[in-house]
Amino acid sequence: MREAEVFETVVKILTPHAKNQAALAGVKMDTNILDDLKVNSARLVDVVLAFEDAFDIEIADEEVDSVNTVGDCVRLVLAKAS
Amino acid sequence: MSERVVVTGLGVIAPNANGLRDFELALRKGRSGLRANAEMREAGFSCQVAGVPQGVDAIATSYFAEDELLAMNSSHRFASIAAVDAWLDAGLARPERGDDRVDWGSGAVLGTGIGGMDTIAARIVPYVNEKKVRRLGSTAVEQVMASGISARVSGLLALGNQVTTNSSACSTGTEALALGAARIRAGLAERMLCGGAEGASHYIWAGFDAMRVLARGFNEEPEKASRPLSASASGFIPGSGAGVLMLESLSSARARGARVYAELLGSAVNCGGHRGGGSMTAPNPESVRRCIRAALADAGTPSSAVDLINGHLTATAADPVEVASWSAALERPPASFPLITSTKSMIGHALGAAGAIESVATVLMLQHGFVHPSINCEDLHPEVAAFSASIPHAVRETPELRVAIKAGFGFGDVNACVVFRKWNASGARSEP
Repeated sequence: MREAEVFETVVKILTPHAKNQAALAGVKMDTNILDDLKVNSARLVDVVLAFEDAFDIEIADEEVDSVNTVGDCVRLVLAKAS
Repeated sequence: MSERVVVTGLGVIAPNANGLRDFELALRKGRSGLRANAEMREAGFSCQVAGVPQGVDAIATSYFAEDELLAMNSSHRFASIAAVDAWLDAGLARPERGDDRVDWGSGAVLGTGIGGMDTIAARIVPYVNEKKVRRLGSTAVEQVMASGISARVSGLLALGNQVTTNSSACSTGTEALALGAARIRAGLAERMLCGGAEGASHYIWAGFDAMRVLARGFNEEPEKASRPLSASASGFIPGSGAGVLMLESLSSARARGARVYAELLGSAVNCGGHRGGGSMTAPNPESVRRCIRAALADAGTPSSAVDLINGHLTATAADPVEVASWSAALERPPASFPLITSTKSMIGHALGAAGAIESVATVLMLQHGFVHPSINCEDLHPEVAAFSASIPHAVRETPELRVAIKAGFGFGDVNACVVFRKWNASGARSEP
C-alpha cells in the first residue's frame, strides 16, 4: 500500500473528530493530532478502531501511546499492513 | 427577598412538530404526531403506535459539528436541539466552540426518565455479549450515563452554573422546572435551562408494553390511539422528544431587556410514600392534592385564579382519579372547574420529557391566549362527564387566560406541579 493512499485514508478517518477545520485543511505528515487538529484525546480509541477496520489490522493499546502526528499513524499502519 | 422567576426562552422537539411556530400550529389544530411503529410491530408488541419526532437528524446536522454528532443518541439530539433553541429564543448568542469563556451564571436541570436505552440495546449489550468490549469505543459512557443530556448541553453552551440531570419517572420534566426555579429564587443562578428529554426506542417502551399499560386496539388508527379522558382509553401511547424552558431571574431578564413569556409563580414536588392507594405505579391521591395545593401556596395564588389545567392525563384508568384530585385540590366542582386539556392526546406520553414538552405548550397557550384541544375524547369517560364543559374538543381562543397549572405524576408515587402566569406587556404582574 502506498504512503499517499494511507495518508488519505488516515485523514478521512480523523476528519469528523477534528475541531480545528483550518488545521485539517492544511494537514501534513507532521500535523499533531491533539495539539493541531484539536481531536479530543478520548476519541483516539475510536480513531484506532476505524484504522483497524479500514486497513484490516490490529493495533495494540501500547502502540497507540507513541502516536502523536498524522505521520505516526501512517507509519504505524504501513508497518502493520506490510 | 427571593428572586422572581420568569420564562424567557422555549425550545421543543415533539412528535407532532419541531420548533415553536409549528408546535403552536400543531397544538391549535389538534394535530396528532402518533404513527404506526415498525420496530414495535416487528418485535410483536401489543401496542404498535408511538410518537417519534420527525426530521430531527437533518436539524441536528445543521446545528452540530460532525465530532459532536458522533456521540449523540436520540435523547441527546432531542435535548441538545431544544436547549440550543431555548437559548437562542431567549435572545442569547450561541458561544463559538473556540471561545474559552464560561457563563458562570447559567446552568441546566435537564431530566430523563429512562436515559440512553437505545445505546445500551444497540451497542453495549450486543458488543459485550459478543466479547467485543473494545469495539464500544469512547462514546458509550457519555450516551448512557444518566447525566448525559445535561452534560452534552453544558458543553454546547459553555454553562458554568449547576448542571445536572434529574430523574423522577413521568414527573421528571415538571420536576426539573421546580428544581431550576428554586436555584434562581435562592440567588444561586441567573439562568437555568430546565426540562427533559426522552429517546425514541422500542427498547425503552418494551417494559411498559409488558406491563399492559400501553394502549391496545388502535394499531390501525395511530392518530386515534392516545385517548386521555375517553371512555375507550386503553392505556398510553409512548412518545419521545424534548422540551426546554429558559428560566431566568426577573432582575437578569430586565437587565438585559429580555422578552418575557410568563412568570413561574410557584412549584411543588412530593411523594405519596406508596401509601393511601399509592404504589410504585399509582399515585396516592392525597399526595397529588397536597402537591397541587403546595404549588399554589408557593405561588401565592388562590385556586379560584386558575384558568387552565394542563393535566398529566395519560389515557389510563388514572385519568378520572386525576380529574377528581384536581377538583378536590382546587375546591372547584364541575360547575366552576377551569379548562383542562391533555397535550398527550396529540404526542403520546414522552415519559421524562412529558412535563417539559407540555410546559412549553402551557406557556405558548398563555402567551397566545388559546387552549389546545384534548383530542380523541369525544366519548368522555363517564366519571369525567360532569366536567365536559371544561374539556375542549377544538381549539378555544381565550385571550383572558392568565394562570395555568401543570402537573406530572410518576412511577414511584412522585409528583411535581408548577404554576405559570402570563406576563403582560408592561412587564408588571397581572393580577389574578
